Amino acid sequence: MSSEIIGIIVMYALVLLMAIPLGRYIGKLFNYENTWLDRAFNPIDQIFYKMGGIDPYRQMGWKEHLAALLTINAVWFIISMFVLLNMEWLPLNPDGNPSMSGDLAFNTTVSFITNTNLQHYSGETGLSYLGQLTLMLWQFISAACGMAVCGVVFTAMKEKTTTQLGNFYSFFVRSATRVLLPICFVAAVILVFNGTPMTFEGKDTITTLEGKEQQVSRGPVAAFVAIKQLGTNGGGFYGPNSANPMENPNYITNIVENISIVLIPIALVFALGYVLKRRKLAWTVFGVMTLGFLLLLIPTITGETGGNPALEKMGISQTAGNLEGKEMRFGAAASANWATYTTCTSNGSVNAMHDSFTPMGGLTTLLGMMVNCFYGGIGVGFLNFYIFIILAVFISGLMVGRTPEFLGKKIEAREMKIAMMVALLHPLLILAGTALASHLYAGNPEAYASWLANPGYHGFSEMLYEFTSSSANNGSGFEGLGDNTVFWNIATGIVMLLARYLPIIGPVAIAGILAAKKYVPESSGTLKTDTPTFGFMVFAVIFIVAALSFFPALTLGPIAEYFSLY
Amino acid sequence: MKSSTTTLFQPELVKQALKQSFIKLNPASLIKNPVMFTVEISTTIMLCVCVWTATGATGQGSFAYNFVVFLILLFTLLFANFAEAIAEARGKAQADSLRKTREETPAKKIEPVGEMYVDEVQIVPSSSLKKGDVFICEPGDIIPTDGEIIEGLATIDESAITGESAPVIREAGGDKSSVTGGTKVLSDKIKVQVTTNAGESFLDKMIALVEGASRQKTPNEIALTILLAGFTLVFIIVCVTLKPFADYANVPITIAAFISLFVCLIPTTIGGLLSAIGIAGMDRALRANVITKSGKAVETAGDIDVLLLDKTGTITIGNRKATHFHLAPGVAGNDFIQAAVLSSIADETPEGKSIIELAGKDPKSFDIPTPRFIKFTAETRSSGIDFADVRIRKGAYDAIKNLVEKAGNPFPEAITQKVKEVSGNGGTPLVVTKNEQVLGVVELQDIIKTGISERFDRLRKMGVKTVMVTGDNPLTAKYIAEKAGVDDFIAEAKPEDKMNYIKAEQAKGKLVAMMGDGTNDAPALAQADVGVAMNSGTQAAKEAGNMVDLDNDPTKLIEIVEIGKQLLMTRGTLTTFSIANDVAKYFAIIPALFITAIPALQGLNIMQLHSPESAILSAVIFNAIIIPFLIPLALKGVAYKPIGASALLRRNLFIYGLGGVIVPFIGIKVIDMLVGVFF
Repeated sequence: MSSEIIGIIVMYALVLLMAIPLGRYIGKLFNYENTWLDRAFNPIDQIFYKMGGIDPYRQMGWKEHLAALLTINAVWFIISMFVLLNMEWLPLNPDGNPSMSGDLAFNTTVSFITNTNLQHYSGETGLSYLGQLTLMLWQFISAACGMAVCGVVFTAMKEKTTTQLGNFYSFFVRSATRVLLPICFVAAVILVFNGTPMTFEGKDTITTLEGKEQQVSRGPVAAFVAIKQLGTNGGGFYGPNSANPMENPNYITNIVENISIVLIPIALVFALGYVLKRRKLAWTVFGVMTLGFLLLLIPTITGETGGNPALEKMGISQTAGNLEGKEMRFGAAASANWATYTTCTSNGSVNAMHDSFTPMGGLTTLLGMMVNCFYGGIGVGFLNFYIFIILAVFISGLMVGRTPEFLGKKIEAREMKIAMMVALLHPLLILAGTALASHLYAGNPEAYASWLANPGYHGFSEMLYEFTSSSANNGSGFEGLGDNTVFWNIATGIVMLLARYLPIIGPVAIAGILAAKKYVPESSGTLKTDTPTFGFMVFAVIFIVAALSFFPALTLGPIAEYFSLY
Repeated sequence: MKSSTTTLFQPELVKQALKQSFIKLNPASLIKNPVMFTVEISTTIMLCVCVWTATGATGQGSFAYNFVVFLILLFTLLFANFAEAIAEARGKAQADSLRKTREETPAKKIEPVGEMYVDEVQIVPSSSLKKGDVFICEPGDIIPTDGEIIEGLATIDESAITGESAPVIREAGGDKSSVTGGTKVLSDKIKVQVTTNAGESFLDKMIALVEGASRQKTPNEIALTILLAGFTLVFIIVCVTLKPFADYANVPITIAAFISLFVCLIPTTIGGLLSAIGIAGMDRALRANVITKSGKAVETAGDIDVLLLDKTGTITIGNRKATHFHLAPGVAGNDFIQAAVLSSIADETPEGKSIIELAGKDPKSFDIPTPRFIKFTAETRSSGIDFADVRIRKGAYDAIKNLVEKAGNPFPEAITQKVKEVSGNGGTPLVVTKNEQVLGVVELQDIIKTGISERFDRLRKMGVKTVMVTGDNPLTAKYIAEKAGVDDFIAEAKPEDKMNYIKAEQAKGKLVAMMGDGTNDAPALAQADVGVAMNSGTQAAKEAGNMVDLDNDPTKLIEIVEIGKQLLMTRGTLTTFSIANDVAKYFAIIPALFITAIPALQGLNIMQLHSPESAILSAVIFNAIIIPFLIPLALKGVAYKPIGASALLRRNLFIYGLGGVIVPFIGIKVIDMLVGVFF
């Protein structure tokens, strides 16, 4: 086995090694059990509660939780818009970067509040340090919101019959201070020791080997990169994201960042097992997610390490794989590995250019975002999976001759309506968005020529990718797309907003409604949801709903490209 | 279950259903089924395209091709309508055979004159009877409508309803006071009060449910319809957005191809069969001679967690039987048996008869001068016979012990032991004495129905807990419960005990079913999630329950649970099958859409279908003919196997999930080989 592949396996093993105890720890936080960090964090949390006038023990119903979530998001949306539109004259702007245009500021703010981090700008020239810090704050807020919402759903699943689902603000604060902050600190320190900048000074001037002078952008990079990865945000400090050597200097930092991408999403699955005291269920969920993940990971790696047959025909050796758009310090396999992690988790940071991937790599990264729950984004990944569980429970419950029930609660018309709407939303946003763009382009290719660096199938993939990435709240891009235009800024902005909040509201509503229902004890006629059979059923539902509805679109993009190339 | 032998497709029913298939094309009725409604819209669009191509439009393929697509879609609709129509026709035929019993019959109505009832009888048609009217029936009369006996007792032939030829006794003021229209009075005269207006009886309600007039979707059906509508919406999005995608890629796609893709992807198979499955469920209940008041009740039956069963008649054969003679020490066997037989000569109870049966002696063979029979009374709690100077008594242990000890005779310790032993085994001991001397003990035992414990085993595997309700003492109850294999029992049960048990189980979130007939049972029947009243029961019981069993068979509950489970399973498996079919259909149609413009996509044509046209036609044809192929399954229901939920899911997932993926690949390929000759 090549060392590249061993590196990938070691990375995954390390993730698992850390995710299991972390999951237990997060579970304890959601359960309000004592942890050894309490003494350090209780006073800190108290400061926030005092400042906000919050009673962290006041129990909330599911609607109150959603109101709290939306309030936090709305307030900070306004503050961010203000900063991005005025950063030219605001402090902390040593490089004198300009303010953003209205549509770009809208897109950027939306992109960060929704945990997407789709960036239609380059950080080093498009943002002041105040702008970067505002966005970094958002990387914490949106991630903690995701975790808090996940905590609400777990609590709802745990309780037998209740409308009291914990306190949103305390879930939120605990997630931010006791999980995100400490881990980010450790990750940032490792990055700093490997050479990532962490300063408020402006650009530095260096003399290159050629003897020329060059300006190098700096800033609070290490802190930014740490939360961008751990919070499944993915927005880079620099335009090229983690392909840039400042953000990701070497193979060690690559491993640290790669692990950070998927650590909390996996840990949350184990937290589910801890909170519900149903470890088998957690392992079933983990098993389904991992199966899907591997089914995407393996073709991506084979595709990228296999190289480009068109180049091979020209006599260019492809033994190192398809290296176009990749960093030599990572190589084809580690780049393909990262690409799968980042698209499966709705992270969206990149260490290679996805636009330059082989058609197979393009297909799998798209599929990872279309499914959006093979681990998925922080908190919301499980929420997406929850919808598929509900659908699978419904169909398989009927198949065993009982009114479908999940964890002792009957699934009825109202829950089905919500689940179906959420399941529909993702294909709707992606396909309708891409359809609109395709329609505009097809109607007048000259006028929109600046959109697509490559017309044809690849150009279609670029548009499809942009909407998929927005709707999955992923944020990575097929960067051949000229996306800083009013159309793309507004269209993807709307998609990101809808794709963030509706898939949170839906599962929280379902979990809340189910929690209030009468508890039906299990009998031997009850469908067990923690078995491989049921896991397979969930996988089949995901495959049919999420993957198959994109089949025609994928055919015209990466699949057509694939068959044309090979 | 007298009609269960009828074939699925009787010619006259098929004819009727065929006609209905066309009538049901009316969009106003089809709109209730969102999946099939979109197919109807698609069919209409194809009709327009046919006209358009016929008038010379180009770029949409030949007229013949478009027309064939139109025809197939029309047939898809007709097949779906046929499925519903045949299910309705079968249900209606079943109901009609029951309704035949209640054709116009003359009724002897009692007209109140003045302030008092005088028996002035008028002959009126049965349809003019109203609730509260009173009529009389004499031997040979057909009872004109449902009612409750308010005076008298009669033997009645109910074979028209139950198929059971033995006459039954119905009398005023008990739990067996109900009479059903269409049944025949064999002896005696009864006065009956009408309980329902014409057209409002349970049977009429059931017929309306089957016919669709008042059929409401059950909660589960609604949820499934939402799921199917959701899938339909997904594929509307997929197909509509494909147009601009194709424009971008410069791939011309005909309207026929879009419509075909859409119709193939939406779950038409389950959409077309959904209402047929629901009707067939009620029909199966009706075939089991159970009248349900709503489709929901059948569905709920599938979810039942706890089943309350009366001991007598359900678990044990109605009556106790003598099984053993236990001798007292120093008594000759023949003496004891003779005394036991003699004491039972005048005993008309089944228990008494069974003693004579067990003894195997004809009582007439004994020479008894001037016998004097002593009847059983509540005070003496014994019965017997006196002749000459002989006094023979048979009775309960303590009553006889009293009698013996009063006479100054010793009560043998061995007999006391025996009595305890018999009671401990669930039996009833009867002590026999001759001239206040104990001869021995007759052991009476409940006879547990053969095969009943296997049925309980089956229920246990379904996850249903069985509870035996009995008036017996806890010791006897426990013994019988163990022997029959029920999970729990309520001993010395009073009506309110049933009610409390049901409430306690429901508080734990369980669904409870019970069967009952008496007015005492009415509150419990109403409280239970599924309450099955016996047709012979009182009107109150029938009103309180949500099903009525025409056969008065207490084991019917078990069948009802299976019917409910079958109903849900049939829906689930056909949904899975329908959705799994999409994989193959995608692989048939998607390459066909693009292959002309993008020849490289030949690689996706894994079935190697002949041409784009033949591929599309094959997929649509498969999509249409799978519906009639599955109608028998929809009507009969998927067989329920009590093998545990996970094993059942695995099994159904294997058959209908994996089968649903593979079958269309084969089917479409075969059809393509045939269609490929023409297109």
